[in-house]
Amino acid sequence: MTVLAVLRRVLPALGLPAVLFAVWWYATADSTDFFVPPLSTILEAFGKVWTGERLLSDVVPSLLRLAAGYLLAVVVGVGLGLLVGLRRAVRDVLEPVLELFRAIPPPVLVPVIMLFAGIGDTMKVIVIVSGCVWPILLNTVEGVRAVDEVLSDTCRSYGITGTARLRHLVLRAASPQIVTGMRQSLSIGIILMVISEMFAASNGLGFTIVQFQRSFAIPEMWSGVLLLGILGFLLSLLFRFAENRVLAWYHGLRRARRAP
Amino acid sequence: MLDVRNLRKIYTGRNRNVEALRNLTFHIGAGELVCLVGPSGCGKTTLLKCIAGLLDPTDGEVLLEGRPVEGPPPGMAVVFQEYGRSLFAWMNVRDNVALPLRRKKLGKARTRELVDHALEVVGLADAHQAYPWQLSGGMQQRVAIARAVAFEPKVLLMDEPFAAVDAQTRAELEDLIRRLWRELGVTVLFVTHDIDEAVYLGQRTIILSTSPTVVQEDVTIDLPDERDQLHTRSSPRFAELRAHVYEQIQRAKHHSGDTGDQMADRTPGPTLQKTEH
Repeated sequence: MTVLAVLRRVLPALGLPAVLFAVWWYATADSTDFFVPPLSTILEAFGKVWTGERLLSDVVPSLLRLAAGYLLAVVVGVGLGLLVGLRRAVRDVLEPVLELFRAIPPPVLVPVIMLFAGIGDTMKVIVIVSGCVWPILLNTVEGVRAVDEVLSDTCRSYGITGTARLRHLVLRAASPQIVTGMRQSLSIGIILMVISEMFAASNGLGFTIVQFQRSFAIPEMWSGVLLLGILGFLLSLLFRFAENRVLAWYHGLRRARRAP
Repeated sequence: MLDVRNLRKIYTGRNRNVEALRNLTFHIGAGELVCLVGPSGCGKTTLLKCIAGLLDPTDGEVLLEGRPVEGPPPGMAVVFQEYGRSLFAWMNVRDNVALPLRRKKLGKARTRELVDHALEVVGLADAHQAYPWQLSGGMQQRVAIARAVAFEPKVLLMDEPFAAVDAQTRAELEDLIRRLWRELGVTVLFVTHDIDEAVYLGQRTIILSTSPTVVQEDVTIDLPDERDQLHTRSSPRFAELRAHVYEQIQRAKHHSGDTGDQMADRTPGPTLQKTEH
């Protein structure tokens, strides 16, 4: 790709954020409202707060909890999803219970989880898992159930069974749906990462933002919100990059089907 | 080689049972190329799935080299009609062909040799790295055929493999099947609804009745072994055989296991014999 082509793709993506920032900048430039400081003040605070020590003491622990909770949710969600999707009997037994658990908003569970998991990292990871697992689980079940019958017959007739079938057929065929679930879970995970740190914590992004708010360090608080937004954006970029590699075949297939 | 004996298949639904196959008995010898033809909806696919061990018959049995088929036997490969759905869209052509070979544990060198050769004979020697969806329909079906060839089956089952490709491609693929059959010495059972195809391809054509299905007639196709699209199809014998099969199919539309066996007895032998010249 040439530089020009890269620019042509990047510029439209950056256009609207740039406009929004400009609006924010000018709308708040002369603000004297204590709770809505000028963007310049926020950015100044951003530079001071989120570089150096805080990066290690608050941002990194938050991201590690998010990574642990998210990955665990992927493993549990896909594993359970395969089981439920492949076994009719398991599905019949589990489906009502799953619907019940899914309907409970995870933040409500935080106090409950705190009772038995304490207020340490374990609690926070459990909270993240308890929210992230559902979209992955339900999408995996759908994906597994939708595996093409002809392809399934083809595998059987060639003796591709057991783990080989799971690996080469079921997981790959369901991967577009699994990835959809993972994408939904990623934003849920970021929200729960912050919420779990707001309840009881001694470090982390959510904890720090609440601390700033309680000590009336308003520009610093805003800078934390801004950082969360940027983190979310970067994570979704990373996700899309990974998705484009894993699902290259799927996007190609869809383009090919649309073409003729 | 392949024996189908009193095969019967009833689909049990919630409110009604559908008898797809009534009573089918036929035999296919080793190295034969036999076509199965019948009116649409006569249970051809059901029959093929029963033979392939993908579907349990209600009654009767299928024997492969004397052993009953209870589940997909190792020496059998199936090529389905829906090429777009029988290939792994997430694997390139080469991996698609190689995947069934992994279980055979032949060693890397032998696997590579089989895959290379299979893709070569179907004319896809330079498409190894392509993904199926980058290929035309005819080429995708070639990949499915190459996969079957590389598997080195004793019996090759084909379920209307060319029904979804255009006429020119179909003619090419028919000749490909004839060539592969002669070169590899494999036994082929070819299911089709196309009468021309059924006559052109096989040494024998088994005509099925409508559902509930019985064998309507077993016709020997006494065309010379060397066949080509132009001369074979314009030969008088081809026209006669085609007309005969056509008549039988028309008849088969009104004939099923329910209308009794007297129809089958009335099948005119003379049309087949009077043309010895």
